[in-house]
Amino acid sequence: MSFAVELTISVLLLIGGLFVLVGSVGLLRLQDLYVRLHAPTKATTLGLGGILIGSMVYMFHLQGHVSINELLITLFLVITAPVTAHILAKAALHNQVDTMERTRNKHLIATAREQLPPEKNGQSKEKT
Amino acid sequence: MNFFSRAFPMPSHSLMLLIVWLMINSTVSLGHILLGTVLAIAIPLLCAPLRVPQSGIKKPLKALLYVFVVLKDIVVANLQVALLVLGPLRKIKPGFVAVPLDLPDTLPITVLASTVTMTPGTVSADVSKDQKWLYVHVLDMPDNEQEVIDLIKNRYESRIKEIFEC
Repeated sequence: MSFAVELTISVLLLIGGLFVLVGSVGLLRLQDLYVRLHAPTKATTLGLGGILIGSMVYMFHLQGHVSINELLITLFLVITAPVTAHILAKAALHNQVDTMERTRNKHLIATAREQLPPEKNGQSKEKT
Repeated sequence: MNFFSRAFPMPSHSLMLLIVWLMINSTVSLGHILLGTVLAIAIPLLCAPLRVPQSGIKKPLKALLYVFVVLKDIVVANLQVALLVLGPLRKIKPGFVAVPLDLPDTLPITVLASTVTMTPGTVSADVSKDQKWLYVHVLDMPDNEQEVIDLIKNRYESRIKEIFEC
């Protein structure tokens, strides 16, 4: 394996690893469930993307043709990640999980739980 | 024709199942094509009664373009969220917004909700029963929350509307 290929794969793996790490750090540092949800749903997609592209380059170099499994992993990841995040957020709404003090528009939690449209006067309530 | 539609209630799904099966096994050997064909016929037959009729994609080219727009946004979202997460937490101002929806069907709404979750600092939390409001949690809310709503409506919803022609 030539140096250039090795370098490319290493850089891709490092970028991927870094973003997965950032996702985990976010999970640890952030303060409430809703805010924590953002870290793994975002940072991890790019992290995993980097690792998968690295794996594709490696397999391409090894076998001489593009390996398709990585594309499938990406496909399943893109389909499942938002659904998981959505269901987690929904479950949190129903369990009335505590939110951070400075979360704005908290009144929306009540209507969202009941799956009702937001109240029109909610805006003025929030200001007081 | 009648026999065909009864044997393949979801022809495009059957084709996709066969292709994905061959991709998972990364082969085109006769055995796997046969096994994949059996699965591609059996699974849609079992799932057809569960199906809710959906409006299909009317503009495939626009859909492909949409995928690239979202991919680009995912990369930007990753960088933004990474910086927010590693920076001082005092700066993060989370909040909820209710986005008025203008999409008539469940599939376009699902696509929009998934896109919202994958892109910059927003996670979709719930949809109102009348399917007119999408509740979104925003990681770092700008002072004017209308900005978030406008971004979702102009950047994503209008494109989804074009794709599904609704």
